[in-house]
Amino acid sequence: MTDDTVDADSDLGFDPAVSDRDVPTAARAARASKAPSSSRGGGLRSKVSRKVSSVLVLIGALAAVGGGYSLLAPSSSADQTALSAADVETGRQLYESSCITCHGSNLQGVQGRGPSLIGVGSAATYFQVSTGRMPAAGQGATNNRKPAKFNEQQTQQIAAYVGSVGGGPQVPTGDLRGNPQNISDGGELFRLNCASCHNFAGKGAPLSAGKVAPSLNNATDLQLYTAMLSGPENMPVFSDNQITPDQKKAIIDYIQNLKASKDPGGAGLDRIGPVSEGLLIWTAGLGVLMVAILWIGRKS
Amino acid sequence: MTTLNEAPTVKGARRFDKPRTPQGKAGKFFEERLGLAGGLRKQLNKVFPDHWSFMMGEIALYSFIILILTGTFLTFFFDASMAEVRYDGSYVPLQGVEMSRAYASTLHISFDVRGGLILRQIHHWAALLFMAAMTIHMFRVFFTGAFRKPRELNWLIGLGLITLGLVEGFAGYSLPDDLLSGTGLRIAEAIMQSIPVIGTWVAFLAFGGKFPGTEIIGRLYIVHVLLVPGILAGLIGAHMALLIKQKHTEFPGPGKSEHTVSGERMYPTYAAKAGGFFFIVFAVCAALGGLAQINPIWLYGPYNTAQVSAGSQPDFYIGFLDGSTRLFPSWEIRLWHHTIPALFWPTIVLPGILFTLAGAYPFLEAKLTKDRAKHHLLQRPRDVPVRTGLGAMAITFYGVLLLSGGNDLIAKAFDISLNAMTWAGRIGMLLAPPLAYVIAYKACIGLQRHDREVLEHGIETGIIKRLPNGEFIEIHQPLGAVDDHGHGLLEYAGTPVPKKMNKLGNPQTARVKGFFRPVREKAEIEAELAALEQAEAERAASQRELTD
Ligand code: HEC
Ligand code: HEC
Ligand code: HEM
Repeated sequence: MTDDTVDADSDLGFDPAVSDRDVPTAARAARASKAPSSSRGGGLRSKVSRKVSSVLVLIGALAAVGGGYSLLAPSSSADQTALSAADVETGRQLYESSCITCHGSNLQGVQGRGPSLIGVGSAATYFQVSTGRMPAAGQGATNNRKPAKFNEQQTQQIAAYVGSVGGGPQVPTGDLRGNPQNISDGGELFRLNCASCHNFAGKGAPLSAGKVAPSLNNATDLQLYTAMLSGPENMPVFSDNQITPDQKKAIIDYIQNLKASKDPGGAGLDRIGPVSEGLLIWTAGLGVLMVAILWIGRKS
Repeated sequence: MTTLNEAPTVKGARRFDKPRTPQGKAGKFFEERLGLAGGLRKQLNKVFPDHWSFMMGEIALYSFIILILTGTFLTFFFDASMAEVRYDGSYVPLQGVEMSRAYASTLHISFDVRGGLILRQIHHWAALLFMAAMTIHMFRVFFTGAFRKPRELNWLIGLGLITLGLVEGFAGYSLPDDLLSGTGLRIAEAIMQSIPVIGTWVAFLAFGGKFPGTEIIGRLYIVHVLLVPGILAGLIGAHMALLIKQKHTEFPGPGKSEHTVSGERMYPTYAAKAGGFFFIVFAVCAALGGLAQINPIWLYGPYNTAQVSAGSQPDFYIGFLDGSTRLFPSWEIRLWHHTIPALFWPTIVLPGILFTLAGAYPFLEAKLTKDRAKHHLLQRPRDVPVRTGLGAMAITFYGVLLLSGGNDLIAKAFDISLNAMTWAGRIGMLLAPPLAYVIAYKACIGLQRHDREVLEHGIETGIIKRLPNGEFIEIHQPLGAVDDHGHGLLEYAGTPVPKKMNKLGNPQTARVKGFFRPVREKAEIEAELAALEQAEAERAASQRELTD
């Protein structure tokens, strides 16, 4: 996993909302202590935290419980310095040592081992390699997310090489977060395009025939972007015509924000909805009461 | 019938007593106008048997009270309208999004009303607790045979309460108009439409036009805050009134009979105990509401007919219907030019059969066992193995459906394919219940046999003795008188049998009973009552002398 920036700024008990990126720490502190602030998001946030803080006092140590949601929200990707011809060359060497057995010497693919990579593009390659799906463990293995075999730079080099040979959708460069103001658009797009497989909170879900739409918990900005561009396995491709680059960035903003946000209502129960709630009422709720009943019964 | 219920009300004393304290004066004021004291005293003197399993129904009762209190608070802020608004509240990731007023006002309750979120959460947790408590209360009544004559009516009322609870919960869950509840409503619409012949018409009527329309939330709101709570309150009242009229059942044991009730008085002992327990239930709901997030509608987003999320589940009490839908094969049947959609069977026919069977059970059992007598003493589950087996079977069936309602999450958590889960559910639904029957039946017989053995041979003392001939035997402590062969003469009576040496002694007198103070023996109480009666009569007599 390549987390570049660790967003560990969620010490407000409740911070469900705003993207914290690019806000200098001092300014954040000022906002948190209800200083008036210029930007729309910030002002509202301080209003929220003020209003909600009283509830928080009442609710007690929620934040601690809900804090299980680690704040490791990988945010914008590493510097995307332009890749040189030397990088492409290194990429070719890496490809030849790790990928050639299955994808062939000219990316043409090898019968029964791996498909052709001509035209899949550097985006697909980046996604596959950075999420550890490639190089595949062996024939017929399900390609789930694994620890990546190559570091960020090597991954970029391999992707550049594949892109240089066959063309196809490119790994994007620059900042992959949208305008924080558009986060709610990102939410709408996410619910419209992604939630049907990845669930409303990006927790993932099984699809039919044993396929799984994985949780988006570990995906970095660049992986989210390249996943949309390349549509791995059962996931549809979201080309730039369907979802514009700005919209993709808004989606990324929404997802990463969702992951970093704390649960205002207490422990998030894994954010999978009513099933975990039902489990809790039968165990912690009714369970505790049954113990109380037995205790009272023993006393009498 | 006896004894303590018909507590003495001493005529004459009341009329001549001049109240001195303010409470006394107030009491006199009301007594002279309403004349309730006699009846009230009778009620307050009612005795309630106590056994831990009798308190499950109380959990349901108290969660209903909590629901009314928190629900009333929510009505101050909730706006049951489907008019579209653009959200401009505090929750940033939804700012500017189009949504219904219902959804926006629920966000408002959650983020901008002081204490709103925790009360919303307590309301929802209490709803889950209400349903769960009614369920286990029902199990208790079933397995102990408390539904037998003359209490069949209360069994039916209880079933009505559970059914209405389902409706009430579903209506409440739908009110916020979020993505999950909208998905639920869409399924509800499909279920209505699947009814042969009248389906389309029913759905059209319920939604006031095409789905989703602009009516449904407002209608569900009336159902949720007025109609169903009203009926629920009435039924709960009837349930309790019948309970008081018919008196509580109790487990058999020394000093218990079909003709008496023993236990604690309604007031003060039982009332104090019950009041204390209310606060425990409230504390559990409050703790859940404060510590565990429930129904985070801001994560789901507003309902939009174009969207659906993976893992859209209903609350657990509807889960068995979700499960049955997932398991039922997609058979469409054509009958008399009508297509009956597959959805009809698992969501209407199946619950219909389940609830009818449950309602008919007391009568079926009476018919099959030819037992038409009145019963006030309970049975231990082990003593009625067939019924216990049937109950285990029903619970297992329900359990398989419930688990299947979450089979996608189980599949994901344990990395099983969803199709495999579906098939496991289908097979489990058919095979697990009979298996549960056999296991429960065998367990009952085994437990009974053990009881009988102890009655016959006594308790194992753990002391091993070596006989002169070298044989080892364990010494058994007989429970009562023995015959010439050393076999116990006590009859099997369906009461608990001590199994350990330190459980010996008269179980009734050895232990101190009572929650706040020891419960006194019946004889003692009667003696005291007699003394009291005597004293009051004397006082009345002397007063009459004075006034005459
Ligand atoms: C053991 C054989 C094997 C090795 C080694 C391997 N791959 Fe693959 N690769 C496959 C197979 C099989 C697929 C198709 C998998 C699928 O559809 O899930 C695939 C798919 C891909 C895809 C996606 C193609 C598409 O149409 O989207 C990319 C990109 C890719 N591999 C890149 C690589 C790179 C880069 C390497 C070296 C780091 C590599 N692979 C090593 C077997 C292999
Ligand atoms: C039809 C279902 C479907 C839809 C819709 C869908 N995905 Fe996926 N997604 C998948 C599947 C299946 C995979 C797993 C692919 C694999 O393992 O090769 C996946 C994988 C991913 C991953 C990789 C996760 C990881 O950590 O390994 C990301 C990121 C992702 N999707 C993002 C998105 C986004 C963003 C959207 C919406 C724009 C979206 N997906 C829509 C099915 C879907
Ligand atoms: C047996 C009784 C009841 C059950 C099972 C029940 C259940 C529920 C549920 C599950 C919800 C969804 C809550 C959520 O958003 O998370 C809800 C909402 C609501 N309930 Fe109830 N409820 C009951 C009684 C009442 C009563 C008596 C009232 C009012 C007098 C009430 C008022 C409301 C209101 C206004 C809402 C919508 C507000 C919101 O969603 O936050 N409820 N109810």
